[in-house]
Amino acid sequence: MSEDKKTSVSFRNVDIMFGEKAEQSEALKLLDAGGTRKSILDETGCVLGTADASIDIKEGEICVLMGLSGSGKSTLLRAVNGLNKVSRGSILVQDGDRQVDIASCDKDTLRHMRTERVAMVFQQFGLLPWRTVEENVGLGLELAGMSVVEREKIVLEKLELVGLAQWKDKYAHELSGGMQQRVGLARAFATDADILLMDEPFSALDPLIRNQLQDFLLGLQKDLNKTIIFVSHDLDEALKLGNHIAIMEEGRIVQYGEPEDIVLNPANAYVAEFVAHMNPLNVLQGASFMTPLNELDKEGDKYIANFKTSLFFSVDGAGSALDAQIYDDAQSLAIKPISTEEDVAGLNDDCIVVAPSDMKMRWMIEIRHRTSNPILLSDGEKIVGLVGDDEIYAGILRQTSLGQEEAA
Amino acid sequence: MEWIAENKIPVGKWMANFVDFLTDYFFWFFDYITIVLEGFTTAVAESLLWFPDWIIIAAVTAFATWLHRSWKLGLFTALSLLFIVNLGYWEETIYTVTLVICATFVSMLFGVPLGVVAAHKPKFWLFLRPVLDMMQTIPTFVYLIPALIFFGLGMVPGLIATVIFAIPAPIRLTYLGISSVPTPLVEAAESFGATKKQLLFKVEIPHAFPTIMAGLTQCIMLSLSMVVIASMVGADGLGIPVLRALNTVNIAKGFEAGLAIVIVAILMDRICKRPAHKGGE
Repeated sequence: MSEDKKTSVSFRNVDIMFGEKAEQSEALKLLDAGGTRKSILDETGCVLGTADASIDIKEGEICVLMGLSGSGKSTLLRAVNGLNKVSRGSILVQDGDRQVDIASCDKDTLRHMRTERVAMVFQQFGLLPWRTVEENVGLGLELAGMSVVEREKIVLEKLELVGLAQWKDKYAHELSGGMQQRVGLARAFATDADILLMDEPFSALDPLIRNQLQDFLLGLQKDLNKTIIFVSHDLDEALKLGNHIAIMEEGRIVQYGEPEDIVLNPANAYVAEFVAHMNPLNVLQGASFMTPLNELDKEGDKYIANFKTSLFFSVDGAGSALDAQIYDDAQSLAIKPISTEEDVAGLNDDCIVVAPSDMKMRWMIEIRHRTSNPILLSDGEKIVGLVGDDEIYAGILRQTSLGQEEAA
Repeated sequence: MEWIAENKIPVGKWMANFVDFLTDYFFWFFDYITIVLEGFTTAVAESLLWFPDWIIIAAVTAFATWLHRSWKLGLFTALSLLFIVNLGYWEETIYTVTLVICATFVSMLFGVPLGVVAAHKPKFWLFLRPVLDMMQTIPTFVYLIPALIFFGLGMVPGLIATVIFAIPAPIRLTYLGISSVPTPLVEAAESFGATKKQLLFKVEIPHAFPTIMAGLTQCIMLSLSMVVIASMVGADGLGIPVLRALNTVNIAKGFEAGLAIVIVAILMDRICKRPAHKGGE
């Protein structure tokens, strides 16, 4: 992720308060004085949606807003296209060369943003039941005033993208949940909006279909490169999809960072509780649970890779792996550098693998299983550490123990 | 207690004065309405009567058969209408149908927009609801008298009385249909930039359509139930022979005219019932 990418959506100190207009200013004052959600509700009758939410979302990245129900994640998302009104603060959305503040823009600008710039996918799909799939997908274009003839081509193209072209004349309710949500996706893609808001789009689906659609979305995203703000209550989903994750609690963003960051350094007990229940295999990178090279035991100038099997290895002056051998028979093992996950499938016994240090835990386990040897991790050419059985176990266990400690 | 009985509050008098006031100062307005509605009903009735009865029978039969894809209903329609011709009430039936069509048309014309507004403006609905209740509970005869004064004898006061009685149905059902549109659908349309107008015509009305159609059916049946009463102020139709039979204690005539009304009612109900529909829930 390069830093020079443009910011696509920027939340600046966004407060959202639900309630009568007259009481809102009172409620905001209470909020500033440090009032909690409950005290604000008791005193003014206003419900605090989000408080002081500030994040910048770069073009082409997937940002996941995560939290329990009632944490304000959907509220914040829905403010991006004005479905929820911002009480204070601003939401700047890129529109060509200018930035539009959704919180204060006029009706026509908001409509322009909704028809051309920001599209949305809903948890309950939000398809119109009296319309065919084709008519549903064309909704956004129709509302923007495009003629039937012009729509047809685009709609068909988007339906092909989601693999539902042959279903175009069916009614939405004749399709399965997963297919309905793909219609929802096609509808959102149809307007060619660069920003996609997804409000728990896969939560209403069964786990298998959910997983499929996540992969499907990731696949599409590679080509489409949209800015996606995704709301989820499932950390595994967030970790799988997100380039960045914002964890929300009681209307506030309590932690914002890259997936690994969240997992390794939970900001508080609430985040740790989430982390405790997630699956580390697809998240933890080798570097986070390896034993660094300088902490490995040495025998002379050789590093001990596995004491029990008497496996040693040595590195050359530039730091790359030179030689690996079992002590007894003095026979060298083959050293196999791999660069991607696809290479793992071809591995077999009797070699030592040098893998990139950002490879995920699941693949480390797979390599360990295939080769029966520990794995050397490299950063470029340089060996930086080692992952063996102990490191893998500790990596998994640390995850759970960390969560329990913090939650307790 | 005696005091209370002796000092009667002249509510009736007030109302009479109010009606007098309206007739004195707004006669032009009522005359205008009378002319328009008179022209409207006459045009409908005359054009229906212009065709020979067998053409109408064939047309209605064909329409019913086509609409419901049912030859049984077609056969029933044809036989019923032929029976009415046989009874000798064809012309009266046409007048009755005219009254129902016109009353339903006027009711829908005003009822649906009122229902839509009521669904969007809760305060307006709060005001409208008791008014609707009143329109349906006040005995028809009571407003028949001022209707007679404002609009004279004939089809028009009958039409007005019928509309007053029937219009709450389309208002209520339109209100119900529009206000029960699920929020996610409204939000989906809004999120793609729907204007208020687009929201109404592309989401709310399509969603409420089945309910509005139910309002139409109800409106037709309510209008039909006013036939006899409308005839008391001189509206032509099947109510006239019923009234005459009542005045002359003519059982045979009364039964035949009543039978004709029942047949028209059954036919309208069967034909207007929503045909098996595609899509939607």
